[in-house]
Amino acid sequence: MIDAQMIQTDVSSALSPEELSEIDGELAHVPYKSGAAIDALKIVQAKRGWISDQSLQAIAKYLDMSAEELEGIATFYNLIYRRPVGKKVILFCDSVSCWICGCDGIKQKLTDVLGVDYGETTQDDAYTLIPVPCLGACDRAPVMMVGDDLHTHLDEAKIDALFSDKNKKAGGNS
Amino acid sequence: MEKVLTRNIGSDLQPTDLKAYEANGGYQGLRKALAELSPKDCLDVISAANLRGRGGAGFPTGMKWSFVPMGDKCTPGHKYLVCNADEMEPGAFKDRLLMECDPHQLIEGMILSAYTIDADISYIFIRGEYVVAIQRLRDALAECYAAGYLGDNILGSGFSLNMYLHPSAGRYICGEETALINALEGKRANPRAKPPFPQVSGLWGRPTIVNNVETLCNIAHIIDRGAEWFKTLGVGEDSGTKMFGVSGRVKNPGCWELPMGTPIRHILEDRAGGMQDGLELKGFLPGGGSTDFLTPDHLDLAMDYNVIGKAGSRMGTGTMIILDDQTCPVGMVLNLIRFFAHESCGFCTPCRDGLPWTRQVLEDIESGRGRAEDLDTLAYQVSYIGAMGNTHCALAPGAMEPLQSALKYFRDDFDRHISGGSCPYHSHTRQGA
Repeated sequence: MIDAQMIQTDVSSALSPEELSEIDGELAHVPYKSGAAIDALKIVQAKRGWISDQSLQAIAKYLDMSAEELEGIATFYNLIYRRPVGKKVILFCDSVSCWICGCDGIKQKLTDVLGVDYGETTQDDAYTLIPVPCLGACDRAPVMMVGDDLHTHLDEAKIDALFSDKNKKAGGNS
Repeated sequence: MEKVLTRNIGSDLQPTDLKAYEANGGYQGLRKALAELSPKDCLDVISAANLRGRGGAGFPTGMKWSFVPMGDKCTPGHKYLVCNADEMEPGAFKDRLLMECDPHQLIEGMILSAYTIDADISYIFIRGEYVVAIQRLRDALAECYAAGYLGDNILGSGFSLNMYLHPSAGRYICGEETALINALEGKRANPRAKPPFPQVSGLWGRPTIVNNVETLCNIAHIIDRGAEWFKTLGVGEDSGTKMFGVSGRVKNPGCWELPMGTPIRHILEDRAGGMQDGLELKGFLPGGGSTDFLTPDHLDLAMDYNVIGKAGSRMGTGTMIILDDQTCPVGMVLNLIRFFAHESCGFCTPCRDGLPWTRQVLEDIESGRGRAEDLDTLAYQVSYIGAMGNTHCALAPGAMEPLQSALKYFRDDFDRHISGGSCPYHSHTRQGA
């Protein structure tokens, strides 16, 4: 996964002063640098949307870790993205209560409207669709998050309304 | 009944700020403890109250805390109090409500818990998707620092505590306390071998207590009003109140604070309004996705740890998932196993490889490709993967609980899938086809 040409990553050209300053803030309350690994990944992802190979190399170097160790951490967690994502990530809950309440049909509708399946990003880079473990809103199932917003009691009409611009585009392009 | 945990939670579900929290008796427990009680006094009250952990295991909180080395029995250095706010159990949605609507109740409970074990640093480990709760806790923490409830020399007592919010990068296994500690240390969230237990060697190798949100929300009330008062709240064997929830196809799904020991029938019929029209109750998981099914025969049982345990299940999180008669039990178990297989940390073989094997067998049965001998395979998997000791942690044994009880109670449904060569339930899109 890691490009050999980037072994000599220059931290200060790969990470912005703001990112480095925020990572320093986390380093202040961990006993050793690698303790801030997840925080550092999240800080960089918050600015750039995802963790590129170059970002990963630079963070690892800054935290005195091997890139391989940091890669093991980055790929372990559901909410760290090692591939580019759209402007908003759709976290679709397909766990048990949402399934009982019919989320499979909603998922199909979502896929039809957006033209993407799990792990894919819409052509205009607006949305990436991924499944998420139970979102803890089971009394309002089926649910999903679009960016930071929780959408509850989903039905096909709600999907149409949420992505009405997408509907038109999909119709126009196809 | 008296509302304790939800007394500041109105029907508008708006957050309670510091002023409103204080106006309703908030931070009185903290003031009382810092002025009048030693850490040992606080521990004695919590032990006497018989508070049991609300995260799922039901371990007595006072006993858990009693293993933390105190005074000169502890080597010099930090001690940690960690709130497990990583609510990811399928079907659980109680801690979200407590944190979104009354963040100070959790923070006051955490300060008192930290005081009891003499911790000087505390973390709230919260799942990253809880963006509203994260923002409200952040605001509440800032209010606490400004008011002198957190930081150095709290209320002039000499006790100091810093509290940090740590939004998780997301994995179900982070809810296991030693995996959570690894995640806080910036590592992969593989559970640790025990012993050593976190109380002795946890975060950064220092004594650490990890408690669930709801457990910690009880602490200030118990310190303020006493163990005897807390015991009177339960109507069965256990003390206090409990957040109970119901999800699935019932008329009024939701989450309510009720006395410990409330009969299941009351929760399901009076609170959740019973089944939606045209549906019958077939079974239910009483405490989230990793608990055994119970059936309509169990409706008059009390929601107490031991009562539900004797019936062959666990009270778990207290949030029930309802299976109706038009939803496929095989499909439901497949959904759960798929979840647990995906969320396995991959550390030990029975879980990493066993759960996908179980998923495959269930996918075959659900999609009509099942064979009679598949049921023997499932029984073998339940006995092997489900046995504590064969796996590194409790994830895979927990995953086997709904499967083993489904095989017991809904055996006919498995047989009909296999003999008919298809799923006999047509109300849902079939999985794995």
